[in-house]
Amino acid sequence: MIEVKNLKKEFEGLQVLNGIDYKVEKGEKIVIIGPSGSGKSTFLRCLNLLEEPTGGEIWFDGVDITDPKNDINKMRQKMGMVFQHFNLFPHMTVLNNITFAPTHLKLQTKAEATENAMRLLKRIGLEDKANEYPNRLSGGQKQRIAIVRSLAMNPEVMLFDEPTSALDPEMVGEVLDLIRELAKEGMTMVIVTHEMGFAREVGTKVLFIDEGVIKEENTPKEFFEHPQNPRLKEFLSKVL
Amino acid sequence: MEWMESLRNDFERTFIRDDRYKVFQTGFENTILITAVSLVVGLVFGILIAMIRYGFTQMKKKKAVTWYSKLFYWVYWVIDKILGLYVAVMRGVPLVVQLLIMAFVIMAGFPNKVIVCCIAMGLNSAAYVSEVVRGGINSVDAGQMEAGRSLGVGTVTTIVFIILPQAFKSALPALCNEGIAVLKETSVVGYIAVVDLTRASDLVRSRTMSAMMPLLFIAAVYFICVMILSWGVSILERRLKQGDRG
Repeated sequence: MIEVKNLKKEFEGLQVLNGIDYKVEKGEKIVIIGPSGSGKSTFLRCLNLLEEPTGGEIWFDGVDITDPKNDINKMRQKMGMVFQHFNLFPHMTVLNNITFAPTHLKLQTKAEATENAMRLLKRIGLEDKANEYPNRLSGGQKQRIAIVRSLAMNPEVMLFDEPTSALDPEMVGEVLDLIRELAKEGMTMVIVTHEMGFAREVGTKVLFIDEGVIKEENTPKEFFEHPQNPRLKEFLSKVL
Repeated sequence: MEWMESLRNDFERTFIRDDRYKVFQTGFENTILITAVSLVVGLVFGILIAMIRYGFTQMKKKKAVTWYSKLFYWVYWVIDKILGLYVAVMRGVPLVVQLLIMAFVIMAGFPNKVIVCCIAMGLNSAAYVSEVVRGGINSVDAGQMEAGRSLGVGTVTTIVFIILPQAFKSALPALCNEGIAVLKETSVVGYIAVVDLTRASDLVRSRTMSAMMPLLFIAAVYFICVMILSWGVSILERRLKQGDRG
């Protein structure tokens, strides 16, 4: 579904990604872990071109999205993204946050988008917050709303960039529960996280990125029980 | 009670005799008209300039590959530089000088001097407004743009519906200042013989040879207008607050 070939990214002389090759199949849940500054977030952000790669190709649904001839907006409509800091639109109500993209892109009428949004809000038990502004919500509520805002576009794949890193510990659970549910429903996902237990439970594959390359890739069980790479062993010994 | 008598006399000469209040009335109308039109021109062009220049900073992040995107980039680069120069010139040359240049060089011979004032002051204000709005745009978290774009919404739509409303809110106090500045700066239009409040007081003063009454009067009128303007902005500010923590 997503195929990355020799992906490179350089920030003004600093080589962040050093040639990454990877293929995400439909229905897979890829969890990426790694030390900070390793390039894992940059890799994720390259997948929907929030960061422009300086080299390599990214194929999504048989289209090379790094080719400027292809309309990136069309591609992004099929790739949901969830950010560490939620990035809800503070000047819009929760409902308008969710309906903004589908209505402005003319994918749904206002009525359809509203109905869809209310269904999604009901699913996460926040339908009573539809007309509130984001700043009146808790971090966990904001992140769950950010997730359903992406879902409102009916994406084929969801990208999560450390979705629980900015949350109070007691709110991490509710967000992970929602992601877990989506995983069970078969959504294709790429998740950057520091939640090792969650990585092990949800991931179909776990990747260890360090120094801009994939140092290790394995099933969660093997990855955590028999790590091969010395850098990964050291990393796991510190975080587990 | 001699001073009261002289005050009454002063008032009569300044406002009543020869229908001099009509001079002030004309002056007041022109001041308000020029302020209002200049502000509208300044806001429209200022926001436009800010948007164009912000759009360029967004585009700089992307690498141009095809020949038409390279061409577009260079055309945009030139436009951005021209707008930068425009802002620098408008801020670097005194408003009175700009007004005189507009009246006697660029639009020399144009009969309606009030329109000349509106254009000169509006274009000047646009430079300041563009910088204020640019500051407001920069104060909006970069994640807002990313959130909009990640949903597949285009740059322009995201700027208009996500970035600008937030930028406008944080720029509002500075925009209010700009509005006040424009209102008070209209007092220079007398230089090109347009009768505004200040010019009206000059005309009356030169007839009555009495300075206190007309000057204190127009000072009070300017002050009241500024008060009304800032009161209006504070109401707007309260209405825009609804998304804030609270």
